[in-house]
Amino acid sequence: MDSLISVQDVRFSYTTDDGGEQEVLQGISLEICRGEMIAVLGHNGSGKSTLAKLLNAVLLPNAGQVVVDGIPTTDDDRLLALRQKVGMVFQNPDNQIIATIVEEDVAFGLENMGVDPVEMRERVDEALKAVKMYAYRRHAPHQLSGGQKQRIAIAGIIAMRPDCIVLDEPTAMLDPQGRKEVMKTIKRLNRDYGITIVLITHEMEEAAQCERVVVIDHGTIKLDDTPAHVFSHVQEMKALGLDVPQVTELADMLRQAGYDLPCDLITEDACVDAIERLLRGGTANADS
Amino acid sequence: MLSDITLGQYFPIESVVHRMDARFKIIITMLFLVMLFWGQRWTTLLVGLFFTVLATLCSKIPFKMIWKSIKPLLPILLFTTILNLLMIDGGDVYWQWKFLKITEEGVITSAFMVSRICLLIAGTSLLTYTTSPIVLTDAIEALLSPLKKLKMPVHELAMMMTIALRFIPTLIEETNKIIAAQKARGADLESGSLKQRIKALVPILIPLFVSAFRRATDLALAMECRCYHGGEGRTRLRQLQSGMRDYIALAITLLLFAVVIAANALL
Repeated sequence: MDSLISVQDVRFSYTTDDGGEQEVLQGISLEICRGEMIAVLGHNGSGKSTLAKLLNAVLLPNAGQVVVDGIPTTDDDRLLALRQKVGMVFQNPDNQIIATIVEEDVAFGLENMGVDPVEMRERVDEALKAVKMYAYRRHAPHQLSGGQKQRIAIAGIIAMRPDCIVLDEPTAMLDPQGRKEVMKTIKRLNRDYGITIVLITHEMEEAAQCERVVVIDHGTIKLDDTPAHVFSHVQEMKALGLDVPQVTELADMLRQAGYDLPCDLITEDACVDAIERLLRGGTANADS
Repeated sequence: MLSDITLGQYFPIESVVHRMDARFKIIITMLFLVMLFWGQRWTTLLVGLFFTVLATLCSKIPFKMIWKSIKPLLPILLFTTILNLLMIDGGDVYWQWKFLKITEEGVITSAFMVSRICLLIAGTSLLTYTTSPIVLTDAIEALLSPLKKLKMPVHELAMMMTIALRFIPTLIEETNKIIAAQKARGADLESGSLKQRIKALVPILIPLFVSAFRRATDLALAMECRCYHGGEGRTRLRQLQSGMRDYIALAITLLLFAVVIAANALL
């Protein structure tokens, strides 16, 4: 597949308060392809947010380089073009809405890019429809729920027509309903609009909905595979301080108790089917 | 308590005045203020009253609302009246006690001053009643834009105002949460001496400030990620548009201004 973002042996360190250096990323290499939906998993302090910020030049690597669609993130002259290609959605929905009216906020990025007002109007409406928030276009942000605010933030990015959206724990501050809304929106954008999604998360259920999962620990990539494969490493994930989806864990416990279940169960439906088959099979065995 | 704050006192209804170009509304309000202070005759007040009533009727703002904007300033009005009554000397003396006296001149001047201030408040509150704060900010930016040539940070000021307006409800909500949290920890905000009550505010203000700074950092990052690079080359979704009604309103105002100047010179 066509590579969109290429992270090449990137190292990054912060200066700590006492003047020392703490290396957060220790040589990360990653290819993100066009149209992919990829989850970056890791516990707090694993460096996953730092990685996200390197993707659109908010931070620059100490060593190695990040290239987005042919533009290295160190290229100052093409910084705006790069940020238009890779949009970013943050954790706190309140702190990324700039304007006092929803549609104004969606237009913010376009205003900065100097888009013509007539075209801007079209793109704002289109973006609001894409996140199903068009009916709220005249509302004030503080009248909306967390999930709705987060969708507005996403609309603000889509209006800029990016190739990729990086979402840094977009659901961490939302209620279950809001989480569902946001995940549905993200998945639809990936499927219908072909926008590449990089989802930074520590929610296993969310990662399971992606096509590819990258597990980061102590600044290095530990696993990089399909969710089914990644989550089949139940013990390894636990050792990294991460969970696996509940169904995977259940299947793993049953397997250890001697039941013959596949180790790549990540959705409830698949798990229900597998257990049902096992039970049917079991009954048949007992009969014979 | 805190949720009662209505910002900019915008009164959202449909009217000719609401639809007017905010730039014109600002200019007209400015002209109206200058006119009130220019005219020294009673005709000025008549013209001012005519203007205010006309504008209020056109804007469909209930007169009750105008009164509501004057009401909080009653103490100041009272103070002005008393000061003028006692200080100004001339004409017949109506009342005297030691060095204090009320004279004909004093009565006339204080009545004039009070009427003038009332008109002033009524006129300016019409501007904020009929224009949403955000449109007002846009208009101010547009009107001040010539100052950009003098290196005045006009866009930055307007952006700051927009962000402030955006975050007022958020910060009010946050303040309420912090108050609730501190009360849950036994903070006493309602009793005690003034000094104690002021002291009790510290545990509310500090978390509020810390969180506001954190928000500011986040917001700056989010703005940068959305290609914000100052006012240069920026376009706007909302375009300020002037039409016939704006020119007519301006013409009426100028005409009234001319009447005031003429009355000043002739009478």
